[in-house]
Amino acid sequence: MPSVLMFAQAREAAGVSRVDSEGATVADVVQDLRARFGEEFSEVIATSTIWCNGERAQPGDSVHSGDEVAILPPVSGG
Amino acid sequence: MALVSSEKATPRGEDWTGLCASQLPTAEVSDWLVRDDCGASVVFTGTTRDRSEGRTGVSSLTYEAYESEVDRRLDAVVNELRGRWPEAARVAILHRTGEVALGEAAVVVGVSSAHRDVAFEAARYGIDAVKATVPIWKQEHHSAGADWGVDGAELLDAREVSPGWSDSDRTRNREAGAGVAS
Repeated sequence: MPSVLMFAQAREAAGVSRVDSEGATVADVVQDLRARFGEEFSEVIATSTIWCNGERAQPGDSVHSGDEVAILPPVSGG
Repeated sequence: MALVSSEKATPRGEDWTGLCASQLPTAEVSDWLVRDDCGASVVFTGTTRDRSEGRTGVSSLTYEAYESEVDRRLDAVVNELRGRWPEAARVAILHRTGEVALGEAAVVVGVSSAHRDVAFEAARYGIDAVKATVPIWKQEHHSAGADWGVDGAELLDAREVSPGWSDSDRTRNREAGAGVAS
């Protein structure tokens, strides 16, 4: 199963920085996380970019064991 | 996951990029940029300030990074910069992580070149691209608690960033219905 990393507001809303998900696609993973972490997290993920293994991912992309999905809220470095 | 910020980023050839958990070596960057064939070097230093849009009394900032992906994204910025400005000589991009006191440098971007136009333009692209493409977030600490940066922007790829690209351009484009070129 893929592991999911969460950063900044997403990490705070979830209360954890890393979880495993049973999802078979990016959309499944997002659905799983929304169900687990609730409304505040759902609002954050709605404005976040999602990467799989360092590349921008689409909802229909399939994810596998060993993949690293990352939930990236709007960036604010610098 | 390699803890990039626990190691001191050091120059590799003509590039010097990475995360630093302690004070950025801004003076060393300025010296390092200079080469005998360069007549210009531009160093942009982004320092932490005590206010942001709608907020005052910010006492410190904490930067969080997706550390295992930062090096690849910084390399992409440098590759794109060198592709657009082949006359760029040395390129430095260093970013702090963790807690940063007010007035300290959070990011430094430096470019040297034979002539100033390239150094200015490439350095401008460099800082804009760092802010738009590298997964780093800032949290502002103030008397009432802590908030994430209000100027957050959707992550782009290095090739999508125009020189001088700014948040106001982004808003204008969005309002005009012009999508980001991909």
